[in-house]
Amino acid sequence: MSSTFIFLIVLVLAVLGFFGTKQRALASGGGDRRTLHSLPNYYGINAALAAAVPALVVLAAWLVVQPIVVDRVIGAELPAATAEDRGARSLVLADVRRVADGLDLAVSQGVMSDGEASNLSADSNDIRERLGAVGVALGSDVDARTLRLAQDYRDYARLGAILKTIVVIAVAVIGLSIAYRMTDKDFRARNYVERAVMLLLIASASVAVLTTVGIILSLIFNTLAFFDSFPTADFFFGTRWEPSFSGRGGASDLGFLPLIWGTLFISFIALTVAVPIGLFAAIYLSEYASNTVRSIAKPMLEVLAGIPTIVYGLFALLTVGPLLLDVFGNDGILGVNWMSGGTAAMTAGLVMGIMLIPFVSSLSDDIINAVPQTMRDGSLGLGATHSETVKQVILPAALPGIVGAILLAASRAIGETMIVVLGAGAAASLSLNPFEAMTTVTAKIVAQLTGDGEFNSPETLVAFALGITLFVITLGLNVAALYIVRKYREQYE
Amino acid sequence: MEDMYHMDRAMNGLQDIKIKATDVNVYYGDMHAIKDVSVEIEDKTVTAFIGPSGCGKSTFLRCINRMNDTIDICRVIGDIRIDGEDIYDPKVDPVQLRAKVGMVFQKPNPFPKSIYDNVAYGPKIHGLARNKAELDEIVESSLRKAALWNEAKDRLDSPGTGLSGGQQQRLCIARAIATAPEILLMDEPCSALDPIATAQVEELIDELRQSYSVVIVTHSMQQAARVSQKTAFFHLGNLVEFDDTDKIFTNPQDPRTESYISGRIG
Ligand SMILES: Nc1ncnc2c1ncn2[C@@H]1O[C@H](COP(=O)(O)OP(=O)(O)O)[C@@H](O)[C@H]1O
Ligand SMILES: [Mg+2]
Repeated sequence: MSSTFIFLIVLVLAVLGFFGTKQRALASGGGDRRTLHSLPNYYGINAALAAAVPALVVLAAWLVVQPIVVDRVIGAELPAATAEDRGARSLVLADVRRVADGLDLAVSQGVMSDGEASNLSADSNDIRERLGAVGVALGSDVDARTLRLAQDYRDYARLGAILKTIVVIAVAVIGLSIAYRMTDKDFRARNYVERAVMLLLIASASVAVLTTVGIILSLIFNTLAFFDSFPTADFFFGTRWEPSFSGRGGASDLGFLPLIWGTLFISFIALTVAVPIGLFAAIYLSEYASNTVRSIAKPMLEVLAGIPTIVYGLFALLTVGPLLLDVFGNDGILGVNWMSGGTAAMTAGLVMGIMLIPFVSSLSDDIINAVPQTMRDGSLGLGATHSETVKQVILPAALPGIVGAILLAASRAIGETMIVVLGAGAAASLSLNPFEAMTTVTAKIVAQLTGDGEFNSPETLVAFALGITLFVITLGLNVAALYIVRKYREQYE
Repeated sequence: MEDMYHMDRAMNGLQDIKIKATDVNVYYGDMHAIKDVSVEIEDKTVTAFIGPSGCGKSTFLRCINRMNDTIDICRVIGDIRIDGEDIYDPKVDPVQLRAKVGMVFQKPNPFPKSIYDNVAYGPKIHGLARNKAELDEIVESSLRKAALWNEAKDRLDSPGTGLSGGQQQRLCIARAIATAPEILLMDEPCSALDPIATAQVEELIDELRQSYSVVIVTHSMQQAARVSQKTAFFHLGNLVEFDDTDKIFTNPQDPRTESYISGRIG
């Protein structure tokens, strides 16, 4: 039976349980709901939860565990040589699954009878051709062993499905009958439901936390795998980034320094643009602008924050790059020839700066608005002008918060990818010239993983090392920023 | 006691008029907050504004240093003169005016700066000191006048926000004094303070009378009776009665004043 169908059965049981139990509770109170401990609905909900939750948990666990178990069992039937080698083993198992799925498909389309699929032999039939006919393309001919394993695989999967149906429905029925039995007028159903609500909330919170932990662990393990095959010092202190993919042969230089240099350089340009403009815009909006101006300008700035970064990337590639080239390039207006192509650190930095303006300005605006009005009154009351008040009282009071906002903007800049991929070029270089093409950590992660390299060479695993280094940097910035912002909030509360 | 009281009266009789307001009306948008108020406030005197909440005491006080200019929707009509000069004349720079008319607010609002920098803020902005030594002198004398010097002299570099509430309010008074004002406006300066700090500030207000014309808004009639020589009673935007403090409290002319001080309007 399919999992969807089992799921529906469990739901039906839960609904039936809800009404049945509610009825039973009312009956136990002699039809008078005032004699019950809880409202009748609570008894129903309790029973419905008892029927559905454990059963669905078992179902979910089964869906995760069954493929692992079947793989194990099939893997045990492989010859020792194949089973030892992780790569070969996973290739064979993938083939097996593909053939098994193909057979399933063939049976469900009626091209093959079920018995025929189980008894096919590799010599007598051209399996590749027959499966091709139902739309399953195989890379090579199916040998006898693969076919036999695929048939075993189908048997195990079918057995698993039957067991799954029995177990899940049994769990649902048992849960339901326990809840039904416990229901009488003194049963504290309301408290059980309360507990269930809390568990639901805890489960949701855990999903977020566990996912984060999972991501970090996967980063760490893959990074360790990378450092198994590549010297740590060469990664952190290497000054050349020249990966060679297996096709071209030769060893790769995977030096981190040119990438982090590009990241920091471009982020620096971006912040140089975004911080003054964003901050001044925030000061204007929060201190000088009339309500009408503010109610128009603020949403417009926030629209800027909603533009997808790929659009900024296009803008960098197609507008800003050529424009800069016209000014600083070979035949440019200035005739300086600093720039040889449209993609450069400056192009990406400028556009990224524009992207960050609303980020800086809306955070700073909130922070400036949080400075108490009495502070302004105090300064104005002493005969200070508006701009003196801003410069000498409001900005110093808001400074920690503004620094926090800038750090958050910096961590956005460091993690930004699309603008860099399109605007900055692809050459990793340790140059001081902002008009030269540069690349960043994020852009290189993209470059290393797009294309179809094997996923176990240093050239691809390096992406994890890059990722975790970036993660540590931005995490540090975020923590520092949040700490500062929180510190600042306390000051006025 | 009686003698002192008579001396006070005699002195007051000699005081010049410092602030003269004639037919002042204030509107917040369409809301008529101050209605035809005329009052003459004497120099070297503490004048108290009393009245129920929302009757316009703060609004009228803020007319005297044009702080209402900072509120977009607020319109002030009428004539207010300080030493005979119309402060709403277009020639008058409100920023300069506010240096001459200091203000202390309800909630102590020291800047997030050191005690020294809080006091030096006004003098620096207005260029009152030619060098550091002069600035030090201004800071010291302002803190002395605000009766804060002894407590603060060893911690001038620590932040003003670290002082206690009463000390903070005296710091705000010192800050206002430092710009050498002629008038000090105080809007419920003790309402955020405990009784001991209140007593200290009240004592200070009494001393300030030697050098300044002080206008204080207060909720507490006892406080008005303790610190002021003149009292103005506001009700619903009108100035109901303005007279010597003891007269207002012992022999009010208007029935509304009487009800208020006996606790029937409030
Ligand atoms: N900034 C403002 N905007 C609009 N109305 C105000 C503003 N400030 C005060 N008011 C109104 O003006 C009236 C007088 O207020 P206020 O002078 O603060 O009274 P008081 O200080 O006597 O309690 C009140 O009705 C108040 O609601
Ligand atoms: Mg008030």
